[in-house]
Amino acid sequence: MNPVNYLYLAALLFTIGATGVLIRRNAIVLFMCVELMLNACNLAFVTFSRMHGNLDGQIIAFFTMVVAAAEVVVGLAIIVSLFRTRHSASVDDASLMKL
Amino acid sequence: MENLIAPLIAAPLLGAAVLLVGGRRLDRVGHWIGTLLSTASFVFGLILFADLLGKGAEHRTLTQHLWTWIPVGGFQADVTFRLDQLSMTFVLLITGVGSLIHLYSVGYMEHDERRRRFFGYLNLFLAAMLLLVLADNYLLLYVGWEGVGLASYLLIGFWQHKPSAATAAKKAFLVNRVGDMGLSIAIMLMFTTFGSFAFGPVLSHTGDASEGKLTAIGLMLLLAACGKSAQVPLQSWLGDAMEGPTPVSALIHAATMVTAGVYLIVRSGAVFNAAPDAQLAVTVVGAVTLLFGAIVGCAKDDIKKALAGSTMSQIGYMVLAAGLGPIGYVFAIMHLVTHGFFKAGLFLGAGSVMHGMNDEVDMRRYGGLRKYMPVTFITFGLGYLAIIGFPGLSGFFSKDKIIEAAFAKGGTEGWILGGAALLGAAITAFYMTRVMLMTFFGEERWRNQPTRSPGAPSAEPAAETHGEHAEPHPHESPKVMTIPMIVLAVGSVFGGAFFSIGDRFLHWLEPVTGHSEGDSPLSAAAVTGATMVCLVIGVAIAWAQYGRKPVPAVAPRGSLLTRAARRDLLQDDFNHVVLVRGGEHLTRSLVYVDHTLVDGVVNGTAAGFGGLSGRLRRLQNGFARSYAVSMFGGAALLVAATLLMRAV
Amino acid sequence: MSFPLLTATAALPALGAVATAAVPAARRTAAKWLALLVSLATLALAVTVLVRFDPDGTRYQLTESHSWIKDFGVRYELGVDGIAVALIALTAVLIPFIILAGWHDADPLETGNRRWRPTQGFFALILAVEAMVIISFEATDVFLFYIFFEAMLIPMYFLIGGFGDRAHEHGEETAATQRSYAAVKFLLYNLVGGLLMLAAVIGLYVVAGNFSLQQIAEARASGSLHMATSTERWLFLGFFFAFAVKAPLWPLHTWLPNAMQESTAPVAVLITAVVDKVGTFAMLRFCLQLFPEASKWATPVILVLALISIVYGALLAVGQRDIKRLVAYASISHFGFIVMGIFAMTSQGQSGATLYMVNHGISTAALMLVAGFLISRRGSRLIADYGGVQKVAPVLAGTFLIGGLATLSLPGLAPFVSEFLVLVGTFTRYPVIGVIATFGIVLAALYVLVLYQRTMTGPVKPEVSAMPDLRVRELVVVAPLIVLLIFLGVYPKPVTDIVNPAVRQTMSDVHKTDPKPEVEAAK
Repeated sequence: MNPVNYLYLAALLFTIGATGVLIRRNAIVLFMCVELMLNACNLAFVTFSRMHGNLDGQIIAFFTMVVAAAEVVVGLAIIVSLFRTRHSASVDDASLMKL
Repeated sequence: MENLIAPLIAAPLLGAAVLLVGGRRLDRVGHWIGTLLSTASFVFGLILFADLLGKGAEHRTLTQHLWTWIPVGGFQADVTFRLDQLSMTFVLLITGVGSLIHLYSVGYMEHDERRRRFFGYLNLFLAAMLLLVLADNYLLLYVGWEGVGLASYLLIGFWQHKPSAATAAKKAFLVNRVGDMGLSIAIMLMFTTFGSFAFGPVLSHTGDASEGKLTAIGLMLLLAACGKSAQVPLQSWLGDAMEGPTPVSALIHAATMVTAGVYLIVRSGAVFNAAPDAQLAVTVVGAVTLLFGAIVGCAKDDIKKALAGSTMSQIGYMVLAAGLGPIGYVFAIMHLVTHGFFKAGLFLGAGSVMHGMNDEVDMRRYGGLRKYMPVTFITFGLGYLAIIGFPGLSGFFSKDKIIEAAFAKGGTEGWILGGAALLGAAITAFYMTRVMLMTFFGEERWRNQPTRSPGAPSAEPAAETHGEHAEPHPHESPKVMTIPMIVLAVGSVFGGAFFSIGDRFLHWLEPVTGHSEGDSPLSAAAVTGATMVCLVIGVAIAWAQYGRKPVPAVAPRGSLLTRAARRDLLQDDFNHVVLVRGGEHLTRSLVYVDHTLVDGVVNGTAAGFGGLSGRLRRLQNGFARSYAVSMFGGAALLVAATLLMRAV
Repeated sequence: MSFPLLTATAALPALGAVATAAVPAARRTAAKWLALLVSLATLALAVTVLVRFDPDGTRYQLTESHSWIKDFGVRYELGVDGIAVALIALTAVLIPFIILAGWHDADPLETGNRRWRPTQGFFALILAVEAMVIISFEATDVFLFYIFFEAMLIPMYFLIGGFGDRAHEHGEETAATQRSYAAVKFLLYNLVGGLLMLAAVIGLYVVAGNFSLQQIAEARASGSLHMATSTERWLFLGFFFAFAVKAPLWPLHTWLPNAMQESTAPVAVLITAVVDKVGTFAMLRFCLQLFPEASKWATPVILVLALISIVYGALLAVGQRDIKRLVAYASISHFGFIVMGIFAMTSQGQSGATLYMVNHGISTAALMLVAGFLISRRGSRLIADYGGVQKVAPVLAGTFLIGGLATLSLPGLAPFVSEFLVLVGTFTRYPVIGVIATFGIVLAALYVLVLYQRTMTGPVKPEVSAMPDLRVRELVVVAPLIVLLIFLGVYPKPVTDIVNPAVRQTMSDVHKTDPKPEVEAAK
């Protein structure tokens, strides 16, 4: 199969993720959308690696996965503690940092 | 022997330091310490005088170098004293009259709780004045020059609780500062012209310098002299300075400090001799002031202010003489010395009258006092005869010489200056006779009317013992006050004759100041005759106005000139409107400008940034998703820009 | 290696600051004594520097040099010339008096407050400022100088913003607002100046390749380091701007009245008598040595600005209603004289300017500290609230008058010598400017005497009738300053002897000689 199709898929996934980040309020969903975008990028990296016969893309994909995992740990912890104090997972409610 | 010059200054300086730092513990003996040290200075002066007399005329200059004061590059100022005939004359006058007035003040200030401080200031004055006349360079002279200004400030404002005294003191200092500015500029000019400002190098090289520079130096020195000697246009402070205690008026504002300007001009004779334009300016200032002061003196009802006008006028004579060049230098100094005697005597007499009259200064509330104060009457009377130039008394000799010298200037100038001097003599006779008649003759106007004390909480003794509205009981002053008056009266009677017989004074000063005889269009006898005529006219008019008719207790409205003269010929009003008001407006608008414009630019910039950040912070709305939009937008923009660049 | 005297002089107050800050809250008095002792020990070190300094020796003495940041050629280089020695001595002399005068300025409002720490902070900050000022005078490495020139702002900021006069006509809250306004204004002004200087410092490094003042100055003098005219001018402006803010020169002066008005009198003295001197000192040391041609190029403009400062500052002082603001504007006028003397480029002008820095420090300290004592008694800074003080507190009034007379440069007191030298130095080269500047002496008399008349003379106001005279501690502060004023007025030779050789070298840096008189009469 033409590897370019994987790129189209990655672009599609990224767009879905981005749209989700922009229009959803639930922090968990938002989080999942971010993951979706990250994974879309991973897919693109791997595809490029394949297309150019170069392993760099795959290495970076691994890096991204590790970072994403770390991010999930921290992010979920924040969301859980946020939920505990405010009984809501909506990101719009957490706007205390504005001036 | 020259090592005695420094102690001459150090004695009163020590007195000032001890009395001012010593504190209350010295209250009981302070006045005697002050008098003792001033007398010590006089004794040192006498010893030096004897020493000078023992030397030949060419060797009568002693110098004492103490230390290098300011050495920077070519600018070398030393603390060096120079005693020659000119400064010797001043030293004797200053310490002699000064010691007498110290003695007088012991009695005059007896009931003042701050007497110790008064003597401290007097000693400070003596030290500064001696420094002024003994300095060997202009910068050191400047130290004395401002030092006497400071002492004068402190003494005029001695009764500081009176706002009028504090204002008068401030005014005196400020007007003097304008003059001092002239002296500073003169010194700077000397430095750029001669590379020095010591008397020796400057005065012996005047021939090498351009006349323009010399004229500038001369005019600046004249400005300085105008300030210190109360000459037009800087004369306005002297009348107000009479707010000070009377001994101060006698010592500082009559006999010594105000004559410093004359000293400066005579000392700088070499500069003026080489700058005729500056000399002309000096004579004009002198002539104008001698008339100005005389006219003001005619209109004042305050005895001290009348005498102040007279002082101004007499110093005008001296300045006029000094402006005439070598013809006049010696006579300027001679008149200065005789004036020192009779004017100090007159002021002390006035003080004695005030002492016996509950501090009343208004001559319209005097009258007929000769019966009650015989000693004061006689000494004051002798001073009066001396100042109007009664034949044989000291003023006659010195003033007559100046009038002669003015005519000897030659040409139209000579006639104008001589005429002014003659006219001045007539007016002098008029106003002094007026003072004399109003104070000692006529009916006793102080009876049956309450006196008003000018300064309510005055420290002068009479005001405390008598109530404010009690009728005064004129009485003679104590011996400690009358003795100095008698000594000064003796000086006023015989001083002139002593100096003039055999031209003693001329021969004494000539080596320093130089002397030349002018060619007068009038003979000496003619001038003397004219002076006598003027004198008689002046006395006669005064007699007609104040002797024959009773003096009204309230001043009549008077003519336009009289009213102007009462207000010091409107000079104060001019100053007030132009300088004081103008200055107030200027400073007030500058304060406004500083606040709104200079500071406004800065605060405006700050406010601008504040406003901008206020706008910008609205972007921080707290919604995570709106941040996300801006991130995506930014990323999209970046990508677009990259593509665009690639395409180009 | 010999004992690093210069480092020690700067390090002692720095360590003292740390130690003072660490004193426990309850031992407030101990902290004060510690600070005083440290400042006195620093004075002893400064005197040692003065003694060890040989006026006829090499230009920079007691030098220390260590590598610091190798990659950028930054070195820890110290050295003093005559000008620096004089100013270090001034700083070390004034700090003990400032500490003593501010003895109670940072005490807790209610006695027995055992957790009150600002007292320690106050004295620690003063010592910190002293340390930084001294090292700024010593640094011969441009970068090193820059760091401390800027770092000085931090303690000063807290001193201005954190401590003010106790009593205030508008209540404590307004006072706090105005204080923080003044402190922020001070900080921002000086930061902007510092920022431009930083750019110029970097620029200098790019051009010269190192930061050493001596190396660059030598390279410039020998011609081995060439700078394009425009480069030199821009760099000069960057440096000069920072120093002109600090000095302060018209129209960059408006922070000073605010800062002096809102801070306590000892801090006000610290600002104007000590910290500001770094600005004028740096003009003399850095601007003239590093950029001689640009300095000459800018001279006319700078002289005019200085002249405006003199007249404008004096006129504004006349119009003030607040005692401290009046002194601040008077200082602006005096800084005009100092800058004028520096840029007149004559030996009289520059020696006079250096002397002026010293004398102005002492005279302002005398006047301002007495004014502070006065203000603390009545609780008001407004001139109109006083009157007749002379009658109730004659010693206070007398010392105030002497401070005032020094401010108006009365001959016989120290400032006269320096002011006259500056005027003469300017006059020999620029007669018109010299003459106009002379008007300043009349205006000075006006603002001093009006201040004295309104506060000290006249009928005694009821509010001041119970005013106590100077206390022993206050006399200990004022009397030595007055003695110094008189001594340096009568015998300034010890200072001029130290300063003159340094000025001669600066003059040769800018290739200028004194104008010759018209007639050589002195020989």
